[in-house]
Amino acid sequence: MAVTVAEEWLNSCSGCEISILNTGDALLDLLPELNFVHIPVLIDHKYFGQTGEKDVMEIPEAVVGIVSGSVRNDEHKHVLEEMRKKTKILIALGSCAAYGGVPSQANMFTNEDIFEKVFRGCPSTDSAPDPDHPNVPKWLDNCKALDEVVKVDITIPGCPPHPELIADAITALLKGETSWSLPERSVCDTCPVIREKKSAGGPVKRCFENLEFNPEEGLDKMRCINEQGFLCLGTVTLAGCAGTAGVPRCVQARTPCRGCFGPIRKGARPMVDMMGAMTSIGLDPKTVVDRRAIMNRYIGGHGNLRPLPARPTRP
Amino acid sequence: MGKVINIQPITRIEGHAKVAIHLNEEGNVSDTFLHVQALRGFEKFCEGRPVEEMPRIVCHICGICPWAHHLASSKAGDACLGVTVPSAAIKLRRLMQMIAYVGDKLLNFYFLAAPDFVIGPDSDYSVRNVVGIIGAAPDIAKKVVHLRHLTAQILEEFAGRAIHPTFSMPGGVSKPMTEKERKKILVSADELLEFSKFTIGFAKENVFPKYLDAIKSIGVIKVGHIGTVTDDGALDFYDGKLRLMKPDGSFDDFAYDEYLDNIGEHVEPWSYQKFPFAKKWADKPVLDLDNPAGIYRSNCLARINVCDKMATPAAQAELEEFRESFGRPAHLTLLYHYARLIELVQCAESMVQLLHDPEITSPDIRVKVEPKAGRGVGCVEAPRGTLIHDYETDDNGLIKKANIIVGTTHNNAAMNLSVKKTATELIKDGTYDQGILNKVEMAIRAYDP
Ligand code: SF4
Ligand code: SF4
Ligand code: SF4
Ligand SMILES: [Fe+2]
Repeated sequence: MAVTVAEEWLNSCSGCEISILNTGDALLDLLPELNFVHIPVLIDHKYFGQTGEKDVMEIPEAVVGIVSGSVRNDEHKHVLEEMRKKTKILIALGSCAAYGGVPSQANMFTNEDIFEKVFRGCPSTDSAPDPDHPNVPKWLDNCKALDEVVKVDITIPGCPPHPELIADAITALLKGETSWSLPERSVCDTCPVIREKKSAGGPVKRCFENLEFNPEEGLDKMRCINEQGFLCLGTVTLAGCAGTAGVPRCVQARTPCRGCFGPIRKGARPMVDMMGAMTSIGLDPKTVVDRRAIMNRYIGGHGNLRPLPARPTRP
Repeated sequence: MGKVINIQPITRIEGHAKVAIHLNEEGNVSDTFLHVQALRGFEKFCEGRPVEEMPRIVCHICGICPWAHHLASSKAGDACLGVTVPSAAIKLRRLMQMIAYVGDKLLNFYFLAAPDFVIGPDSDYSVRNVVGIIGAAPDIAKKVVHLRHLTAQILEEFAGRAIHPTFSMPGGVSKPMTEKERKKILVSADELLEFSKFTIGFAKENVFPKYLDAIKSIGVIKVGHIGTVTDDGALDFYDGKLRLMKPDGSFDDFAYDEYLDNIGEHVEPWSYQKFPFAKKWADKPVLDLDNPAGIYRSNCLARINVCDKMATPAAQAELEEFRESFGRPAHLTLLYHYARLIELVQCAESMVQLLHDPEITSPDIRVKVEPKAGRGVGCVEAPRGTLIHDYETDDNGLIKKANIIVGTTHNNAAMNLSVKKTATELIKDGTYDQGILNKVEMAIRAYDP
């Protein structure tokens, strides 16, 4: 018997949905087992009936609910609450849903500042009042992860989550399991680079130049990115981006991890832990440029990022 | 006051929108609105971010075209810091862009658009989708799933991330391509090129003719077009000059940093999405069916209209055949689907050409950059249209100001017009059904917003 599934996206970029489609051949095996009753990216089911005849939004009941994106406006909240009501197992798909994601960088600013910039502060835009209409949803105070609004049963983190993880979680549900999670390991635990527990010291380098490596050789011959003096957030980031057999994806590109899978465990304090890890190899964490934003790039929900009190303006 | 028909959500598109169709007492259309509900505020929260981090931040604007944002941002960064990027790095950027675009165009045609054409615009929504396509043409569908997966795999294996890449930065790219990698990718690229050519042939033979009436009637409007061309007028996705074409086919070319003289953005109270317009044609976009003003389109149909020629031979042959039938500029909205497949062929051919370029394996792929104050406008053609990233940096290389116009936004006014046109023509005396409302959505879907 196929399992019914409803899918929604909120303050999202569609990348999580593309990642579902990127499951490749696994997708073809899984599709017959999944009965999608609602998924706007693929199927034309409408909230208010197919001819818009109903007054109340309705998402069909389903066993599994999948939601990507964070909660930015009152309509997202409304859709999310309806999804919670209509589905038995609610999955937060991706780091926006899990932690707020990149769009929660907006939490460093007030809504007023953001609207001021977007509608009255862009050189190409003819200044105008903020849009105001029943069909443009009002923003909430800040950009939230799903579990700041409703109870979430399963979290599949990542930006986007690796397709193999999505297939794995769904396969587990099809087998009748009701929970799924990644083991509490760090990205570094899945990273093959050479580590010597020390760095050359000095201020943390920005990515103005490439890492040192021999492209003909594997990652197992490259020195750890942190130890090369750059910020790499692998130490404080949950492992999983490599899928089942690979290596951390950003490191594969010979670039540092920026923490897209979020913290290793609930309640962890990645920023504090990372600063400790840097100090222990002789790097000065205070020299990380734009530290607060960079270390919270994917996790600005849950109150991690807030507007700073106005600083006295410099001359 | 008559009633309002709400279509929500607009489906099989990659964004968040709803359509409201207002009817008068007689049940005929008095007005329509495409309300875009999404707003995230990237232009604000990019302020203060290091310019070298931008390509891996702004890619999150869109998970369908992250490579477009990634590259436009890298180019804006190159310009802010005043660096000359090594030519091998530009070729690798172009190669990744082409691989990503091939995957995207296959997705769009087979999974999002084809259900309307293959299953039929009036069919029940429960079969008018990708699952229906798999049922109707299982072999082709399997092949599409496989090849899309292949594009993602190539990007992942070589560049780490297929979605939200980290590969390109101001000054170049993060790693060179080895000969071994090149050879392996080339095998897949040949397969993708072959299937791209098959796809346009298949569509011309089996898909478009059956729906020629729909092509000629849904959402047809006559407005301008924007796109990027090289100095000799060929369509280019990565670099060139911008060309803005009037509805009559006359055009102006301008450099990226002159965009503010040519493009304005208007705000309406009923949508978060702005309405870009051609400043030299009107003071603001006029959404009037009989006398539209200031409005132009972006994305594939616009690009193949503004270019003098395609950059590769098989695509050029397709363009000639297309122009033979539909002229230049072609205005029929549903021709977007046809134009997209002509571009698919160019992307696939360029990908293979780049892989045969001896320089593609050069180790010279990044220059060291220094933080400095500057301004840079970086543009590329995203799948959905001309993408503009305009940054200003401070002495420390942090973003002071960012202005971003994304490809699909250029189409906001045109999409609104197409919706109005379709609804006005199809809804009469209060009579409509789900098939008619789906045709209104097809007018939006063509633009692939
Ligand atoms: S988690 Fe990443 S891929 Fe998913 S919606 Fe958010 S930004 Fe997009
Ligand atoms: S810090 Fe980065 S490079 Fe070093 S082991 Fe961890 S993930 Fe790998
Ligand atoms: S290396 Fe880090 S940022 Fe990159 S994909 Fe993995 S978890 Fe995400
Ligand atoms: Fe996009």
